[in-house]
Amino acid sequence: MMDTIKRISGVNPRKCMKCGKCTASCPAFDEMEFHPHQFVDMVENGRIDQLMQSRGIDFCLSCFACVERCPRNVEPAKLIEAVRLAVVRQQGGDHLRPEAIPHLLDENLPQQAITAAFRKYRK
Amino acid sequence: MTYSYFPGCTLKTKGKDLDIWGRASAEALGFHLQELDQWQCCGAVYPMAKDEIATRLSSVRALMAAGEAGQELVTLCSACHHVIKRVNRDMQTDETIRDRVSRYLGLQTPYAGETTVLHYLEVLRDRIGFDNLKQKVVNPLTGRKIGAYYGCMLLRPASEMGFDNPENPTILEDFIRAIGAEPVVYARRNECCGGYCTIKSKDYARKQVDAIMENARACGAQELITACPLCLYNLTENATDGLPVAYFTQLLAEALGVKEEQK
Ligand code: SF4
Ligand code: SF4
Repeated sequence: MMDTIKRISGVNPRKCMKCGKCTASCPAFDEMEFHPHQFVDMVENGRIDQLMQSRGIDFCLSCFACVERCPRNVEPAKLIEAVRLAVVRQQGGDHLRPEAIPHLLDENLPQQAITAAFRKYRK
Repeated sequence: MTYSYFPGCTLKTKGKDLDIWGRASAEALGFHLQELDQWQCCGAVYPMAKDEIATRLSSVRALMAAGEAGQELVTLCSACHHVIKRVNRDMQTDETIRDRVSRYLGLQTPYAGETTVLHYLEVLRDRIGFDNLKQKVVNPLTGRKIGAYYGCMLLRPASEMGFDNPENPTILEDFIRAIGAEPVVYARRNECCGGYCTIKSKDYARKQVDAIMENARACGAQELITACPLCLYNLTENATDGLPVAYFTQLLAEALGVKEEQK
């Protein structure tokens, strides 16, 4: 699993120098039980199962602040995305179903939000 | 000058104001946005995983269509822009992705990211020029204090977007000056509004939005502009006590006088 995560993300977690700048930049760090810098460390140490079970990964906003500000060009967001994909690609791993969409809608919600949610939360 | 134009799903529906006023203003400024004959939704999020191929195809098709027309490809929605520009870069730099996309689409002529992708704001800055824009303004928005809300997708990652300085951008402020108003610089203009999470957690989105609004207001902004339909939605619907938010094209049309003409 660790190799899959590394391969599809293209990230080498060993480049990380553990400065914590990604976490300091992250607008969602409070919502994630594992903060971006811990996340990188956990992938490096093969603790993928724990990451896959963490609900906090859905709060990553793909805002790329961590990617922009990492001095070592580690790209933590890509690791989070890879773990999220590992979850939704499992049988029954989706956690957004088309039936759930109507009650999420309101008059002004842009299509973009729904398309994005489908891309993020289901396969 | 004619550009190929990729409107995207949202601009045809909830984000009409971004589209309509962008097109009308283009005509007033002497360029034309020619909508691609056939386009498909870009998917709204850039597929970060290297093995996601199918989700890159609609961008590649749009890029190739513009290339065949011999035109540069212009987008207005910041999400479309983000996705298409980054997929184009994948096609330029990632041999595996390029190869898999080519085989998927059964391409006769290879595509390696030759098309130029421009955001509308880049057309204003780099092709028209803000000085020229200023001269075309008939209703300068004098006295209005406007905060630019950049959000994430136009700016980051700067190494791929090449749009502006990601920490201290100026393009929207220069735009605001060109239409005669006063730009208000505030720290959170390039922090994420939390829009993607509005479906998951309104409370979380609200927290992000309130922090942005508080900061913008404290710096003296009276209104905000954006290029993103999701930011506009989120900043409007999820604010406890928000400032008014508009698309930059609405203000552009107002300044160019095209709004009255169409009334
Ligand atoms: S900013 Fe980069 S180098 Fe620093 S802890 Fe985060 S991933 Fe590691
Ligand atoms: S991309 Fe995700 S992990 Fe990185 S700073 Fe943004 S919310 Fe945090």
